[in-house]
Amino acid sequence: MTEIGIDKLPTYIKIPAIQKDSMAGDGPFKASAEIQEQLGFPEEKVENWQQVAIEKMAETTSKYRSVQVFLDACVKCGACTDKCHYYLGTADPKNMPVARQDLFRSVYRRHFTFAGKYFPKLVGAKELDDAMLDDWYNYFHQCSQCRRCAVFCPYGIDTAEISMAAREVMNVIGVGQKYSNQILGRINKIGNNLGMPEPALIDTLLDLEEEIEKETGVAVKLPLDNNNAEVLMVTPSADFFAEPHIDGLIGYAKVFHQSGVTWTMSSYASEAANFGMFIGSYEVMRKGALRIRKAALDLGVSRVVVGECGHAWRVAYSFWNTLSGIGGGASDEYSLKLQKQLDSNYPQPQHIIEFTYDLIQKGILTFDKTKNDHRRVTFHDSCNVARGSNMGNIENGQFILPREVIKAACNHFSDMPKATIKASTFCCGGGGGLLTDDLIELRIKGAMPRMQALKQSQENDGVNTLAAICAICKSQFSKVLPNYDFDPYMIVSVHQLVSDALVLSDKSQTKAEDSL
Amino acid sequence: MSLTSIIFTLFCYLSLLLFVIGLSYKIIQYWQTPAPLKIPIAPAPLTRTGVLVRMAAEVFLFKSLFRASKWTWFFGWIFHWALVLLFIRHLGYFWPGDTPEVLLKTEPFKYASFPLVIGLTGLLGRRIFVDRVRYISAPSDYLMLILLIAIGASGMLMTFALYYPDMGLVYSFAEGLVTLNWSELPSELIFLAHIFLAFTLIAIFPISKLLHGPGVFFSPTLNQVDNARKRRHISSWAKKKETDKEVSIEQNSEKDG
Repeated sequence: MTEIGIDKLPTYIKIPAIQKDSMAGDGPFKASAEIQEQLGFPEEKVENWQQVAIEKMAETTSKYRSVQVFLDACVKCGACTDKCHYYLGTADPKNMPVARQDLFRSVYRRHFTFAGKYFPKLVGAKELDDAMLDDWYNYFHQCSQCRRCAVFCPYGIDTAEISMAAREVMNVIGVGQKYSNQILGRINKIGNNLGMPEPALIDTLLDLEEEIEKETGVAVKLPLDNNNAEVLMVTPSADFFAEPHIDGLIGYAKVFHQSGVTWTMSSYASEAANFGMFIGSYEVMRKGALRIRKAALDLGVSRVVVGECGHAWRVAYSFWNTLSGIGGGASDEYSLKLQKQLDSNYPQPQHIIEFTYDLIQKGILTFDKTKNDHRRVTFHDSCNVARGSNMGNIENGQFILPREVIKAACNHFSDMPKATIKASTFCCGGGGGLLTDDLIELRIKGAMPRMQALKQSQENDGVNTLAAICAICKSQFSKVLPNYDFDPYMIVSVHQLVSDALVLSDKSQTKAEDSL
Repeated sequence: MSLTSIIFTLFCYLSLLLFVIGLSYKIIQYWQTPAPLKIPIAPAPLTRTGVLVRMAAEVFLFKSLFRASKWTWFFGWIFHWALVLLFIRHLGYFWPGDTPEVLLKTEPFKYASFPLVIGLTGLLGRRIFVDRVRYISAPSDYLMLILLIAIGASGMLMTFALYYPDMGLVYSFAEGLVTLNWSELPSELIFLAHIFLAFTLIAIFPISKLLHGPGVFFSPTLNQVDNARKRRHISSWAKKKETDKEVSIEQNSEKDG
């Protein structure tokens, strides 16, 4: 801990005085030529990179109203300056949302505005030189695109939009980030972020089925590529192998088992996550969405349900209909086929939390809440779910439904301090393509505000369990909790809580088989 | 007409011209730039009515800013509302012919200049004394506040400190600008400064951060309805790409370039 330089957790979140360049550096590892090539980006920094970058900026501002308006509208009021967890954790002024945007905005002003062209000093316009590009690479990879700043901005300026735009400009000139781009290469090639091939997936699922049967005596299935299923379940691939994610997957399986609704996963689209969003590429993001559309068409399912993954749910909820026409309104051949195939009685796609919540409302699931009595549970609102999506089609449903599911399965639930949850939730510190060991210092420091809130809940309510519905949050917390003297195993999937308390019956199993 | 009057008259028209052309250009630009994805920010309204309520709360109450920083909200909010009142107060000068009854009743609005200057001074103070805000401030950010304070202060000197200009000339000059019946303007320096600064502000509106005014209405995070699952939202350029290219179900496989 000392080498990273974190003292004991403060009792309240102090707004630090700025410490210039405290997080200066080279940024995360850069993508190799091979990785860049897989995504169709230049293999190395192109010769005329400045020109290419400026042209790309012009294209971006003409295609994205968000970027164009956000670059113009900021008045530097300072409302966002103390809202970013990375600023609170590092005190580097370039981690203040407005200062991060200004790295991009100053170049925009220099090249695209009257004032910046003729009076650069007056309005803080700057050239995109080597030093600026280094700052871009370093500080746009210190943004988890969590959008907390946008909640507080009087104009709704969303730093994530700027950070995505900047990352795309960098990719186009051949300066990519290794972690995100490598993962995108894998999903395009193999179908999931881990690069887990089909045979390994089959083995994993069989092992899990055995494990569940041994533990519960009930034959709960985890079907793969089943052509007769109603539901296609798309989940982050971390659910297949990592703790605590895998217990969440077991939870989904048990819920489906009890529901009697037939389901399947797909070996072709074995990934809900879509890092195309992190690198700001509409095209790459669309590819990921089309992969899932193809799986849904091939398997002939009538519903698509998404597992516990934060940004995946934002992409699925907010973008899938745009990218692949899953919800209707698109007119190409495959969209039309999909629209005919999917059951319009359900929102498409649905979140597993919505699915489970519906079953709870209908009284289909029975819980033995005492199974979770050793737990004092709190819930971490994952940023992309909290600020970029909805559940249940009711106002603020994305905050209500997960809590209701937890309360159905647990007797002891309490929330963390109000300023750190729901729309104001603090990022785990590892989102937006930063969940890599080469950024571990940033990840630990950026987790500080969330850890501080957790500490308060631990002291006030005896909280010993932190539940989340995001694969990145779960991995990040497992890693950083010990740095703040917490038990790394206190982070669980919401569906692990469901899994532990759900009363299984063999009856619904036969019902499910009958319906096959 | 004196040379000063001619120069000032031309300057006023030039400012207005820059304002109208520049602002139209920006508004058309914002209007025509597509928002390719649904990105409303929480707490996001699920209906169009909800969006109108949200927008009203932002525009009239500065709701997000209130949550973010009470001091910035207080100074900013009183300044903006004072500006609105003073704008209304000034309409009477430009009104051709007899000033309508209702505008005559706006006399007490002159006291809005106090919250105006207090708000601006507070904002300037934050910019100077809060290290985070100082860090993000460019010279233009200070100048904008100083410009506004100078406009307010010069107006207050004329109204409250008895540096009255010849009000008859003020009316005929201002009315003349509207009716194209140009006339001599008062020669008091303080009046000339007031007019010059105010029209400078108008001129730089479209090339400065004052664009936050129209910008807020075009902000996709604030003005979008959160209904992506129900209604397909697609931009013109994405739609074009979709229809131009033969759609292949395999277009995401390896074979696809």
